[in-house]
Amino acid sequence: MFGVLIRIDSVTKRYPDGTVAVDRLSLEIPDRSITVLVGPSGCGKTTTLRMINRMVEPTEGTILLDGQDILQQPVNTLRRSMGYVIQNAGLFQHRTILDNIATVPRLLGWGKDRARGRARELMERVGLDAALAKRYPYQLSGGQQQRVGVARALAADPPVLLMDEPFSAVDPVVRKGLQDELLRIQAELGKTIVFVTHDIDEAVKLGTMVAVLRTGGRLAQYAPPAELLSAPADAFVEDFLGADRGIRRLSFFPATGLALLTTPIVAVDATAEQIAARATGEAPYLLVTDLDGRPLGWSEPHELTAGSIDPGRLLSHGRPFVPGTDSLRAALDCAVLSPTGWAVAVGADGRATGVVSQQTIAEAIRGAHAAVPTDAPAPHSLAKGGPADAKVAG
Amino acid sequence: MSGFFDIPSDLQHSWLGLVGLHLREALLPVLAGLVVSLPLAQLCVRLRWLYPPVLWVTTVLYAIPSLAFFVLLIDYTGQTELTVMIPLTVYSLVVLVPAIVDGVRSVPPETLAAATAMGFGPVRRYFQVQLPIAVPAVIAGLRVATVSSISLVSVGALIGNQGALGNLINDANIYNRPELAVNAVLSMAVLAILADALLVAVRLLLTPWMPRAGRRRPAADVPDPATAALEDAVR
Ligand SMILES: Nc1ncnc2c1ncn2[C@@H]1O[C@H](COP(=O)(O)OP(=O)(O)O)[C@@H](O)[C@H]1O
Ligand SMILES: [Mg+2]
Repeated sequence: MFGVLIRIDSVTKRYPDGTVAVDRLSLEIPDRSITVLVGPSGCGKTTTLRMINRMVEPTEGTILLDGQDILQQPVNTLRRSMGYVIQNAGLFQHRTILDNIATVPRLLGWGKDRARGRARELMERVGLDAALAKRYPYQLSGGQQQRVGVARALAADPPVLLMDEPFSAVDPVVRKGLQDELLRIQAELGKTIVFVTHDIDEAVKLGTMVAVLRTGGRLAQYAPPAELLSAPADAFVEDFLGADRGIRRLSFFPATGLALLTTPIVAVDATAEQIAARATGEAPYLLVTDLDGRPLGWSEPHELTAGSIDPGRLLSHGRPFVPGTDSLRAALDCAVLSPTGWAVAVGADGRATGVVSQQTIAEAIRGAHAAVPTDAPAPHSLAKGGPADAKVAG
Repeated sequence: MSGFFDIPSDLQHSWLGLVGLHLREALLPVLAGLVVSLPLAQLCVRLRWLYPPVLWVTTVLYAIPSLAFFVLLIDYTGQTELTVMIPLTVYSLVVLVPAIVDGVRSVPPETLAAATAMGFGPVRRYFQVQLPIAVPAVIAGLRVATVSSISLVSVGALIGNQGALGNLINDANIYNRPELAVNAVLSMAVLAILADALLVAVRLLLTPWMPRAGRRRPAADVPDPATAALEDAVR
């Protein structure tokens, strides 16, 4: 893994009215990875984040950036070395998209053309159409505005990115897209990202390390997400993780090891002999594929008439999984969604590579759990860079 | 028989001359008011406790009749334009200060937080973020201040023909030429409407970033300045 970039050392923040927002918090934030601060509303996440760029001064304790006390550099120099992204983007409504993104380079004294050139580059990087450059924020959708927010934070190429619930105001579909994009950008640029959210699913999906805070600003647990799911430190964390943490934990086990059956697969133009040869009884159903080998659906063998297979009458095969990149969670999901209880594996090209039953998946899950006792951390290598599921989108 | 635009010689100006004089006496105070209001409003934004007393003072000053101001000032500034323009400047504060304070406060907190987080110092933040976003509110205030100032200049007629177009109303009585009063009222109304239109144009020019569809009712609580001007002028 990487070194420590930001060291928060028993930091306390007491507001003038007496509220203790953060209570003796210590965290080591690793370099070039995503550290998520998660917890219920009011638990001190924003306060913690804002202490890192000195928008809030700690009452006690120190924060070190790269080994140096953050109080030692001029405050605006420090802030310009840290991108900051917030909910609703906080864009400058009176500036064009391009000028919004060019803000920090301009503050750093870049010429107008160079700053705008850089801004154009970033628009492309965060997936914004170049045609939006001359528009104003009110002309963009929430998701696009959030992308501008990310681009603006990245504009001066700061080593650190602070993100405060950046995606919580957009709808779930857009949010998923933004999360995937963030993982991709992180993989490409290797920023140190401190990400605040109240959504544990988002935390598990994005975090290399996840810090769970409890009300009153105390750290409940600091661990990689797989470990959080397998071994919550206490009842609070367990409760916060929700009821289905067992299922979600499967995200961290790859589906690579599943024993796939290749026999019960026939093409839509199969002859009677082929159907008979494939119906060996290994599986109660046959998977019918199109002529290219892409799955169409399931059928019992005796319902298939050679030469007149009607794809419209097949049983749904659910959403197939890709063994190389998907997790056991995706495989299980596929099996559970399929009326036959069987999951379909496909290659990257979408062609069926095999089928697997719920029973086989359950055995694989037991095997994975046996290899990693539930109260010990899951293998770290799997968790690095986020869950296996998350990587697919990139 | 004298025409509509024939101005009695005691005013020492042509009609156009009076118009120019009127504009100067009306607009310089608004400009001065703006120069005073900007820092005052910013102070009120930074120190919240200061805003209510400042509002109170501007309102009380607005309630002082211009005649009282003249009596007070005339010992120092004499029967001059300045004696007319000082009260007008003071009156403009009652509109401009709250307009600017509201405008600056209308900047969303997340925009401010973003600016701070990006390393804007307070001064840069004020000029590059808060003030530009406050422009629509500031101009809404300027529109009201300008049209009311245009109609108020006429009271200068009370102190030795310093009322520009307003002096015509006096002369209408003296020379028994009622058309001069009509001329005064119409001219002021036209000036008010033109000045207002100009300010709207400036607003449009300065705020390409505003949603155009939602422009119908920019500031519902500010009366339409042109109507207010007409009412004042007729009074
Ligand atoms: N400026 C402030 N003055 C007083 N209390 C504050 C201030 N900012 C935040 N708080 C309080 O500190 C606690 C933590 O706030 P915050 O860090 O915003 O939490 P979160 O981001 O996790 O929702 C809350 O109880 C909040 O009410
Ligand atoms: Mg918060």
